[in-house]
Amino acid sequence: MHSYLQLSDVSIDFPTPKGPYRALDKVNLNIARGEFVSLIGHSGCGKSTVLNIVAGLHQATTGGVLLQDKEVNAPGPERAVVFQNHSLLPWLTAYENVELAVKQVFKGKKSRAEMRDWIVHNLELVHMTHALDKRPDEISGGMKQRVGIARALAMEPKVLLMDEPFGALDALTRAHLQDSLMEIHADLGNTVIMITHDVDEAVLLSDRIVMMTNGPAATIGEILSIDLERPRKRVELSGDARYNHFRHEVLAFLYERQRKVEDINVATRKRPAGQAEARAAAAA
Amino acid sequence: MKIATISSIGQNPGRLLPTPDQIMQLGRGLLLPLAGILVFLFLWYNAAMMINTSLGKFPGPVQVWEQSGGLLAEHRAERQRQTAFIERQEVRNAEILAADPQAQVTIRPYTGKPTFIDQIGTSLFTVLSGFVLASLIAIPLGILIGLNESAYAAVNPLIQLFKPVSPLAWLPLVTMVVSAVYVSDDPAFSKSFLTSMFTVLLCCLWPTVINTAVGVANVSKDLLNVSQVLRLNALTHVFKIIVPAGLPLMFTGLRLSLGIAWMVLIAAEMLAQNPGLGKFVWDEFQNGSSNSLGRIMVAVLVIGLIGFMLDRSMLLLQRGVSWDKNATLR
Ligand SMILES: Nc1ncnc2c1ncn2[C@@H]1O[C@H](COP(=O)(O)OP(=O)(O)OP(=O)(O)O)[C@@H](O)[C@H]1O
Ligand SMILES: [Mg+2]
Repeated sequence: MHSYLQLSDVSIDFPTPKGPYRALDKVNLNIARGEFVSLIGHSGCGKSTVLNIVAGLHQATTGGVLLQDKEVNAPGPERAVVFQNHSLLPWLTAYENVELAVKQVFKGKKSRAEMRDWIVHNLELVHMTHALDKRPDEISGGMKQRVGIARALAMEPKVLLMDEPFGALDALTRAHLQDSLMEIHADLGNTVIMITHDVDEAVLLSDRIVMMTNGPAATIGEILSIDLERPRKRVELSGDARYNHFRHEVLAFLYERQRKVEDINVATRKRPAGQAEARAAAAA
Repeated sequence: MKIATISSIGQNPGRLLPTPDQIMQLGRGLLLPLAGILVFLFLWYNAAMMINTSLGKFPGPVQVWEQSGGLLAEHRAERQRQTAFIERQEVRNAEILAADPQAQVTIRPYTGKPTFIDQIGTSLFTVLSGFVLASLIAIPLGILIGLNESAYAAVNPLIQLFKPVSPLAWLPLVTMVVSAVYVSDDPAFSKSFLTSMFTVLLCCLWPTVINTAVGVANVSKDLLNVSQVLRLNALTHVFKIIVPAGLPLMFTGLRLSLGIAWMVLIAAEMLAQNPGLGKFVWDEFQNGSSNSLGRIMVAVLVIGLIGFMLDRSMLLLQRGVSWDKNATLR
């Protein structure tokens, strides 16, 4: 029996002016149904690339992804993505943004009234029913992110992919949304892959934390199982020795074993190699 | 600007005198433009006194004002003649019918010469027809080449080639083609109208095509990813994602196109003899009476004013349909 979601020997080369750039090398990961997995690693190591390959937005150069034993080779709503910068359509209201997804996924399966209820229900899950008719530029960053999550949940995805969903938010809003996400995950039992930079977030939310080595040719360094019982309460856990042990493990991986040597390059690393070079040349 | 001024005064009901800040705002919104116009009138007045042409002195503001009154009066007189003509005809026909109910009555249209106001109407109709037709071609074409790089590569050289062509160069070709192709015993449109309209169309296509293409090609990668994850079909993709995202630039293009259309139209009408403002200017020039220059100057100002109003209408339309209410619209 194979696991629910399977990444086997996933490698990817990006074409650059200086020849192919191997961003990922032989990533192997098996994820069970209903599992919550975090990807953590330094900036530019290839977390988004992994997520995009699972989403189908990038194609692995070698190796591949199986979801329920079916190969993933194109994007689709059964692998919904919550993008880092919400990616709501600015000309649609919160309701309409979710509606676009619901209409697409449940065309012919739900009646109009059922769709309406389903849209409102999903916006309720993220506590956004008070702003159904607001457009993205009329609501705060946290609210946008919540609508983005509602849109993804409304697709009833087999796998929910989240690329730093709370990265751009202040600490309070972030904590609030993390709690919402834990509730939703407990209720719906989604399979989730979430990218994060935040060690506490990773430990609090995940069943397993996948720690990636630095690129180029990044791969999975270590996997940490977080066997803290759920529901988890952040305040109680902050005094829990096991919690602090997991935190310590992740920090030790990131800052001792995978220490970034060329820290100054962090800013330029985010860009495709060609651009980074151009900047370096301009600076010289 | 003006709206801001009024509302900010409204927020200050307890005080009789506006605050210095409000005076500044009032100045910038109302007084400065007024001052600009006054200075212009003064310079115009003095310059006009010094220019002597074969048709007399160059018209100053006063003469132009008089001429505009004259043109309006002519228009009213012409309208009266028309109603009188129609009444006479109706009376005559009624008499004929009363004498013999089987009689065939002829209803002849009034054939007076078009007044200045009529000519404004013709010009507006011509320019809007050309512009709307051009937009119906340019927007889909822009979307196509914005979405498809091969199509862009194929079409771009042609755009670059035809974009700088002056309307005057197109006109003879358009005239000949219209004469050759549009042969009908009972033409719905006059040939001069079609010639002017197609010339306008050819010249005002390009800004809309180019801006639409750029707007469409630069839709953010994130939104395209959303579309892919949702597996939107091509049609939904275009209408739900591409068109709304490209709308602001599309409107920039449309406004540029309308501006060009209006400029081109006047030139085209002069040469094609379409009964519009361009022909009015040309006829006055040929006419060469002592009033001609004044009347031409009235036409110049009216042309400017209409161009301005056309642009404002596009702006209002853009405000109406655009989702991006925060975008500064100028
Ligand atoms: N389309 C592309 N073309 C070329 N190189 C790319 C492309 N996309 C990503 N890369 C490179 O692949 C590497 C991994 O990028 P990726 O975006 O996955 O990093 P990340 O871990 O998500 O970083 P961050 O945490 O900053 O978001 C980077 O070095 C990046 O420059
Ligand atoms: Mg990333």
